[in-house]
Amino acid sequence: MKRILFKAGTMLTALMTAPVFAETSDHIEQYQLNMTKGVTDISAGVYDMHMLMFIICVVIGAGVFIAMFISMYFHRKSRGAKPANFHESVKVEIAWTVIPFVILVFMAVPAMNLLIDMEDASEPDVSILVTGSQWKWHYKYMDNDVEYYSKMATQAEQISGKLPKGENYLLEVDRPLIIPTGQKVRFLITSDDVIHSWWVPDFGFKQDANPGFINDAWTKVNEPGIYRGQCAELCGKDHGFMPIVVIAKEPAEYDKWIAEQQAIQQKAKAEEQRLLAMNMTMDEAMDLGGKVYNANCAACHMPNGEGLPGVFPSLKGSQIATTDQPKHIDILVNGVTGTAMQAYAKQLTMSEIAAVVTYERNAWGNDTGDLVQAKDINSAMNGQ
Amino acid sequence: MTAATDTTHTNDHHDDEHHEHHIPPGIKRWLYTTNHKDIGTLYLWFAFIMFLTGGAMAMVIRAELFQPGLQIIEPNFFNQMTTVHGLIMVFGAVMPAFTGLANWLIPMMIGAPDMALPRMNNWSFWILPFAFLILLSSLFMEGGGPAFGWTFYAPLSTTYSSDGTALFVFAVHIMGASSIMGAINVIVTIFNMRAPGMTWMKMPLFVWTWLITAFLLIAVMPVLAGAVTMVLTDKFFGTSFFDAAGGGDPVMFQHIFWFFGHPEVYIMILPAFGIISAIVPTFARKRLFGYASMVYATASIALLSFIVWAHHMFTTGMPVAAELFFMFATMLISVPTGVKIFNWVATMWRGSMTFEVPMLFAIAFIVLFTIGGLSGLMLAIVPVDFQYHDTYFVVAHFHYVLVTGAIFSIMAAVYYWLPKWTGKMFHIGLAKWHFWCSLVSVNVLFFPMHFVGLAGMPRRIPDYALQFADFNKWISIGGFAFGLSQFIFLALLIKACKKQGEPVSSQVWEGAEGLEWEIPSPAPYHSFETPPVIK
Repeated sequence: MKRILFKAGTMLTALMTAPVFAETSDHIEQYQLNMTKGVTDISAGVYDMHMLMFIICVVIGAGVFIAMFISMYFHRKSRGAKPANFHESVKVEIAWTVIPFVILVFMAVPAMNLLIDMEDASEPDVSILVTGSQWKWHYKYMDNDVEYYSKMATQAEQISGKLPKGENYLLEVDRPLIIPTGQKVRFLITSDDVIHSWWVPDFGFKQDANPGFINDAWTKVNEPGIYRGQCAELCGKDHGFMPIVVIAKEPAEYDKWIAEQQAIQQKAKAEEQRLLAMNMTMDEAMDLGGKVYNANCAACHMPNGEGLPGVFPSLKGSQIATTDQPKHIDILVNGVTGTAMQAYAKQLTMSEIAAVVTYERNAWGNDTGDLVQAKDINSAMNGQ
Repeated sequence: MTAATDTTHTNDHHDDEHHEHHIPPGIKRWLYTTNHKDIGTLYLWFAFIMFLTGGAMAMVIRAELFQPGLQIIEPNFFNQMTTVHGLIMVFGAVMPAFTGLANWLIPMMIGAPDMALPRMNNWSFWILPFAFLILLSSLFMEGGGPAFGWTFYAPLSTTYSSDGTALFVFAVHIMGASSIMGAINVIVTIFNMRAPGMTWMKMPLFVWTWLITAFLLIAVMPVLAGAVTMVLTDKFFGTSFFDAAGGGDPVMFQHIFWFFGHPEVYIMILPAFGIISAIVPTFARKRLFGYASMVYATASIALLSFIVWAHHMFTTGMPVAAELFFMFATMLISVPTGVKIFNWVATMWRGSMTFEVPMLFAIAFIVLFTIGGLSGLMLAIVPVDFQYHDTYFVVAHFHYVLVTGAIFSIMAAVYYWLPKWTGKMFHIGLAKWHFWCSLVSVNVLFFPMHFVGLAGMPRRIPDYALQFADFNKWISIGGFAFGLSQFIFLALLIKACKKQGEPVSSQVWEGAEGLEWEIPSPAPYHSFETPPVIK
């Protein structure tokens, strides 16, 4: 038994004296032992509360274990110890009921004050709607006309081991969330399908994304930097592949960025209208469709179109993907209620939907020869 | 160990031989048995087989997590492994093992000839293998088994699950029915069949803790049955209990589940408190310190367990007032739990201690359960729980209380009472190997989980970022070693069942006290047919 105490002791000491790293999470520490201090006043408060709890627990644990080991050493039969006769003492028992209670009060008061600060999301400078869906995040800036999806950028080949793993393996996204430093950013968090949880350790909180309900949380980041996190609530097959990357920029840079994005997104909408009049060739549609398919559909329906039997239906040779074209388009645009199939109308452009429908109707031996155009999608969306 | 002093029970021996003639041979003995000792043995072997099955799934999980990347299994199968591992360990290993111990020990401890409802006892055991056959068979069906975590949060378990969910629901229903019947049997036995003079405050603590556990089971297993039924109708019959689009609420699922789930946690630990309270005084050769306060502490833990459930849900977006209430209530539980630990230490204090194998497990229990309990206190603090929640810190916490807590206590109990059951001392060398290998490996397995959790690794992920790689390798190595160590236990149990070893006296352990030590070893097939007299 002494061995285990010694081991626990050295590990606890290591934990307490572990170098605390205050850099951004971009500097990955191989043997990080302790919670991050984070980059906000709240996360520093959380860290301090954690250390307070930790030290109190270590002291209590050490007291109990020392008493145990003293009696295990001195009061053993092989040393000739004779058993004492006492088996109750009201005074002692009252003491070790009341003293722990008093210690609890000392923990509860700072915890309560910190919690009340954390839960006060009022008077934000920036509000962002965060929507989780299997398995990506959608960010919508409530005060600007900017919204986009953010998906994991790590290649499948790195996961399968065909390529070496990069520095930010599984913690990199195609489009990070951008927020201003020094301003109170409020997150309105919800979900389109199952429960997800939005968590960036450096901000000191995680908040569940519940379908049909909106939770709020807030942060005020002091230092510019890149902060990484992950979905923290089991959300299905690719729960482990749903990272979050937040870049905090100086307010001036942030304002510039948001104005640019607004212009780009407005232009893209105009462009989409213009494209309605244009037709893709079969090669163009298959090329674009393949890319869109692999980025959005392959996670469930698999790159070979065969799906996962009993979970995600096969598209290869399916009745809808080979004959019923209006139904096929309807599923892409509106999703299928009561299943994991999402509505892609708000996720993809009309030409992307057209291309992916074309791809699914012609790949893997589904050789229908059908070529779908953006205007077909437009008319389907307008209920024609 | 003192020599056997068999004075009053020669009659039992006689009855024993008389009744042996009526035991049907072979498999029929076990199928038809209504004997509490046979049923106890069945429960214990079933629990051990399930422990190895659930353990094999943990080995698959640890093999996949040995290094970053996806090497062995697909994420969907990984989720099935974590889910079924949890379900099997909770409902297949820990709970049946405690029920097996209750069957063996409660009648012998209170001086009763058998459980009060022997036929129901047979039934409550024999439906269990079918429940687990149904659950395990779903793994081989199209779409696979349950992949939504043992907590089966909606809507992942409803709209977004495979059709195998129906099998999961029926399996849980059967397990629940079995547990409720077992609990009724325990309560009826304890209320009606105590020997004359066995007053409430003379009952051994194992009997007390099981009585309270049985009430918890009857209170919450129907809640679980309700939750799985709502999942079933939401998925297959178009109801919307947990679907906001139909006026339901997915968070309501979590409230219902954890209203079952938190008392369930105490169902899995209260009998352990009873076991440790039996073993520590025996090997300290000193009466248990604060018997009455142990009883009251157990009862208050049980009562508090009904008002703390939402501490599993601090990140779901509850109002601040609710978060504060559940934080305070949860912190309060540490007071009676602390009383128990202090009482055990006080029992050891100025005792005359020896360290036989059951005592080794009991001491490991006290140390490691305390570590798990203290990390539980940290988890109760809402603002820091926002960081801990759903990380490996939580995984470390509940494995410390369930593996080095509940399962170590079950092992301690088996080593403590096995000589009474078989009449032979178990192989002490193997037992010590089992203890030391398990103790070292279980800490290599679970201790570093605190670190990766604090460093930010979420639970239930099949692949992880590179900074977690080194610790995960150690965790996996510890996991494999802990798994292998259990084969030492298996070898020892097979030897014991073959009745190999030195014969033991009726008292077995020098300091042991209680009615079960007054009947001969091995305990005769029928004991206490005439109630003993309790002074």
